[in-house]
Amino acid sequence: MTALTRRALLVGGALLVGIGPARAALPGSLAEAPRIDAWIRLDPDGSVTVLTGKAELGQGIKTALIQVAAEELGLDPAVLRLITADTELTPDEGYTAGSHSMQDSATAIRLAAAAARALLVQAAALRLGARAETLSVADGAVAAPDGRRLHFAELAAEIDLDAPVPEATALREPGTRTLVGRPLPRVDIPAKVAGGPAYVQDIRAPGMVHARIVRPPRPGARLVALETEAVAARPGVIRVHRDGDFLAVVAEREYAAVTAMRALAAHAVWQGGTPVPEPDALFADLAGREAKRTIIHEAGAGTPVPAGRTITAQYRRRYQMHGSIGPSCAVAEFDGTRLTVWSHAQGMFPLRKALAEMLALPEVQVRCIHVEGSGCYGHNGADDAAGDAALLAHALLGRPVRVQYTREQEHLWEPYGGAMMTQVSAVLGPDGRIADWDYAVRSPTHLTRPPGAGQLLSARMLESPFPAPPPKALPQPEGGGDRNAIPLYRFARARVAHDFVAAMPLRVSALRSLGAYMNVFSIESLMDEAAEAAGADPVAFRLAHLDDPRARAVIEATAARFGWGAALPKGRGAGFAFARYKNLAGYCAVAVEVAVERESGRVRLVRAQAALDAGEIVNPHGLRDQIEGGIIQAMSWSLFEAVAHDATGPTSRDWSTYPIARFPDIPERLDVHLIDRPGAPFLGAGEVAQGPTAAALANAIRQAASVRLRELPMRPELVKAAIGV
Amino acid sequence: MPTLTVNGRARTVAAEPDTPLLYVLRDELGLNGAKFGCGLGQCGACTVEVEGRAVLSCLTPIGVLEGRPVTTVEGLGSPEAPGPLQAAFIAENAAQCGYCIAGMVMRAHALLRENPHPGEDEIRAALRLNLCRCGTHMRILAAVRRAAGRPSPAAGGGS
Amino acid sequence: MRRRRIAVWLGAAVLAGVAGFGIAAWRSAIAPGGPAADEVAAEPVRRGAVLAALGYCASCHTAEGGRPYAGGRGVATPFGTIYSTNITPDPETGLGRYTLAAFARAMREGVDREGRHLYPAFPYTHYAGLTDDDIAALYAFTMTREPVRQAATPNALPAPLSWRPLIAGWKLLFAQAPAIPADPRRSPDWNRGAYLAEALSHCGACHSPRNLLGAEIRSKAYAGGEADGWWVPPLDRSSPSPLAWSEADLARYLAEWDPQHGGAAGPMRPVVDAHRTVPAGEIRAIAAYVATLYGPGAAGSRTGPVDRAVSGDDPALARGAATYAGACATCHESGGGAAGGVPYTTPSLGHRTTLRAPDPRNLILVLRDGIAPRDHVPGPIMPAYGTMLTPSQTTDLAAYLRARFSPDGPWPDLDGTVRRLMGGTTRSGARAEATR
Ligand code: FES
Ligand code: FES
Repeated sequence: MTALTRRALLVGGALLVGIGPARAALPGSLAEAPRIDAWIRLDPDGSVTVLTGKAELGQGIKTALIQVAAEELGLDPAVLRLITADTELTPDEGYTAGSHSMQDSATAIRLAAAAARALLVQAAALRLGARAETLSVADGAVAAPDGRRLHFAELAAEIDLDAPVPEATALREPGTRTLVGRPLPRVDIPAKVAGGPAYVQDIRAPGMVHARIVRPPRPGARLVALETEAVAARPGVIRVHRDGDFLAVVAEREYAAVTAMRALAAHAVWQGGTPVPEPDALFADLAGREAKRTIIHEAGAGTPVPAGRTITAQYRRRYQMHGSIGPSCAVAEFDGTRLTVWSHAQGMFPLRKALAEMLALPEVQVRCIHVEGSGCYGHNGADDAAGDAALLAHALLGRPVRVQYTREQEHLWEPYGGAMMTQVSAVLGPDGRIADWDYAVRSPTHLTRPPGAGQLLSARMLESPFPAPPPKALPQPEGGGDRNAIPLYRFARARVAHDFVAAMPLRVSALRSLGAYMNVFSIESLMDEAAEAAGADPVAFRLAHLDDPRARAVIEATAARFGWGAALPKGRGAGFAFARYKNLAGYCAVAVEVAVERESGRVRLVRAQAALDAGEIVNPHGLRDQIEGGIIQAMSWSLFEAVAHDATGPTSRDWSTYPIARFPDIPERLDVHLIDRPGAPFLGAGEVAQGPTAAALANAIRQAASVRLRELPMRPELVKAAIGV
Repeated sequence: MPTLTVNGRARTVAAEPDTPLLYVLRDELGLNGAKFGCGLGQCGACTVEVEGRAVLSCLTPIGVLEGRPVTTVEGLGSPEAPGPLQAAFIAENAAQCGYCIAGMVMRAHALLRENPHPGEDEIRAALRLNLCRCGTHMRILAAVRRAAGRPSPAAGGGS
Repeated sequence: MRRRRIAVWLGAAVLAGVAGFGIAAWRSAIAPGGPAADEVAAEPVRRGAVLAALGYCASCHTAEGGRPYAGGRGVATPFGTIYSTNITPDPETGLGRYTLAAFARAMREGVDREGRHLYPAFPYTHYAGLTDDDIAALYAFTMTREPVRQAATPNALPAPLSWRPLIAGWKLLFAQAPAIPADPRRSPDWNRGAYLAEALSHCGACHSPRNLLGAEIRSKAYAGGEADGWWVPPLDRSSPSPLAWSEADLARYLAEWDPQHGGAAGPMRPVVDAHRTVPAGEIRAIAAYVATLYGPGAAGSRTGPVDRAVSGDDPALARGAATYAGACATCHESGGGAAGGVPYTTPSLGHRTTLRAPDPRNLILVLRDGIAPRDHVPGPIMPAYGTMLTPSQTTDLAAYLRARFSPDGPWPDLDGTVRRLMGGTTRSGARAEATR
């Protein structure tokens, strides 16, 4: 996608302060939406609206975007209005995914806001008869040194924001910034702690009806018999809707829909299903599947393979799930011509395409509006719920339909993060450094999102079904299963292969950090295995293979703050890991201390220290919270979580069958050190901690209990089996 | 028709006595605080107080609430004028998506009512039944400690 | 009050016993020592690990949140609280100075290395049946644990029970090696299971009634008992289970969960938890043996699950019905976990023995406290209804459940039991927080 061209620019180095030579394309999402008023609107009353095609997923993006715009416009953040992803109002920024929001959207908004400021200043200079350079912008007004002020409202009529963002747009000097870099409190938290409307679940449209879906008991089962009369006759039930294997009830009131759903489920007979390998056979099955190999990196091919000690290892990862705390929900309304859908999915524009295709409507007649849902860590059930709401709204002309999934439906039907395997073979040269590196990652797809009606779960179940499009591998440099498969370390010879497996037994898609979680786990585990073989300190060993000064800086800061190398009590161990997300976004190093109970194999994360370089920092608290949350979530994934399944399908259908971390598992301390790079491009940080956390835990377990775990999750059974009795 | 006392106000609701409180709060009374997270009593997103003690509204039929006061997160303060515990959550940035947070606030509120100065382990034990998927736990703990007037173990955070 | 009276009576009785054979009250110390090299060979340690799991050593000898096997866990008995000891090989506070002989004597005779008698909360009356080989394996396993320095917590026993020589009298009256049935016509699994259940897993310690002096009544083995205030169901033909327990059902139940009967709560949960590390064959063996305890033909006498229409005329039952519909039905009428309903549910509550019990204790306890989630291990979760329901609402609900899901009549003294267990007398049910 276009992300590729954007990225090329970003890695190209300095790009923001617009005095450089002419560029081929504009930075961030300006490449797709180059006009100022795509991002910034000024009303006649002087009020400013900021538009973004990105969505708030719980990552605090609203606050950061407001900060960036308010800074450039000299406005109190409280007076700015922000509109997030809406196909009718905002630019199309694709998905809110891949830690791109700051790189893409904030960059665009920042430049557009700066351009708007420049126009305001120009207009004011004309009116005041002053030189533009002497004017300042603050508190919603342009001021001259002599104290004369013109409020934005007085200038609004004189400027036209329907103009391209000029290439040479000057940003405020880093030294003069008052908002960017400050921990502005999150704008959305007061409503969230006090019951203000905040989520798509809170929408109560006039005339709204409540729908519940009845899904098969397992993927692939078909509806073979159904008795609907009794349910349709229940008080308050408006409709029992069946289209193929898509089955739903709609009721005036929510609890009536809930009880009708249960009654309908009892009257539905399903048969068949998609077989799944037994848990013990999962990796043999994966290894045996047909795969398409791509060599994604090759270095030093002509040079001879050096002599030295070869270290090989295979790493594995089971299916894991997003498990958002709030099951997916959507509201849709169809007036006979136009369909409006409120959804918490990650991409309103791709969703619009999928819905239009599914209902055979022209795209212009479909509007998708993002409203927050529960935390989103990738492709969960949100798109599917939007699809279901659209199907039902289409059938129930004129009445807004609210679809709320049950916990069990979300657990069973969300697309999981796929099972993966990696194989590494490294040669340790006589100088104690890695002389040759051979790596292969075997992975399914990590992207089955819309567009494409066939990506919507229910669309595949209709009488005339939309088949699922063939799974695709995401291309490098961002990659999918091979994301972060290429080490950032400098190895004389290296070869990295991506074995893409198209057909998987369970539905899979994007889970926070995609393949990076597994690849960083593998690479950073092997770095420790190699350091051990070399008799080297793991941190020093990493530094010996790294040139990038920013990589070195996060590693050194983490080690120093953690107290790396200090002796730990018996049963404790320290572990270290590092990655630069996608090799082009934020840099993150993580050090952890764990306690391993030898008797049970239980691992407890005692404390963690991270350091992060995400370029220029907009909101340090927002960034810190992303890293804290990432570390805790990755700890839960890595120590506890695997989708349980048997031969008939997944059996993780609720929190009792998919246990995650709870408060007693939370570390005693978790410190995040942020390295600010004022003036440097924003680098995505939302997913950077996942891989390093997993590897740091494995490396710490190695030190604490002298065992090397190579499978995720590192559950107590596995740790205990490795320890022995 | 059952009468409920919610946040100090008597409310008559048009719902059968077996209707779980959660749906009544959200749909009949228009309160957003209590969330549907699982409906199975497993996650705590729907936590409210009944007579000052934490209960899961998703599995509490309103029939058992006659004459027993219910408090939701709305009863502790508003976005404009948050109560002390809510203010502590705001001050600590204790929400990512925030979906679990109202339940956390109510669970913590019930704890502090019973034990105004809980120790670290007591806080963690009390919150154990509430799940957060965003990993906001460090912030939530800091907020509860702040409300309990306890110093945080260390100034963890951005530097 | 009642406890105190029993204790005094017990003291008197045992004193009388002791008078006759005071000599037995004193046992000699065994010289300190440690394991010989061959006693810690890998193979016995591995076997010992499985045996220790099936003897549930860790569940008694590990305090809540404490280090494994370091003791300190209080075991409530009708006579007072006895604290488990440190059985890690720490020389000062644990078993570090135990030779195999000292360990074997403790296991079989309930006498520690220094010669002191051990309270029968430690099930040596069962362990007496262990083979030499298994004792040696348990010894090898124990002596290779991580030593933990942790001094014993003193027992909270009233005098004269705190005077250990009394135990010698108790032993003379009641201690005898378990009868381990061996039947060559039965399968090897069954015979293995008999040995494990009787000697090692001490199933009878909870599932058999005890006399006033706390000894299992051998003649009524498996007729049901009591543990931690819970009713413990019989494993003989008097079991009120609505469904027969097949060997396969029991094996599933003991391993985690049986879709027809359900799973363990209360004091049985740690037992099932301990089985997670035990090879399936051993569980199957215990199941094979226990399945036959129910007696021939017992299966046929089961009434099967019932689900009866409950009249709405009785306002208490109507209230209970509404509570059930809003609080219980979401999970318990979802069709059963195995059929795609909420995990860890049975097809209906009519499948649960709890509702067929002679008294409502277990139901009230599980309603009050729920089933807390285990740490990162799959397993049932049930919320605690103790904060949600008042005692009288709990009574209504329990009466409704009994009326609907059991063919037996109403429970005697249901309301009294609820009030005793929920501690509340006020209408609002504000009871002392005893459950956290
Ligand atoms: S919604 Fe009530 S506990 Fe999850
Ligand atoms: S903040 Fe998102 S679930 Fe807790």
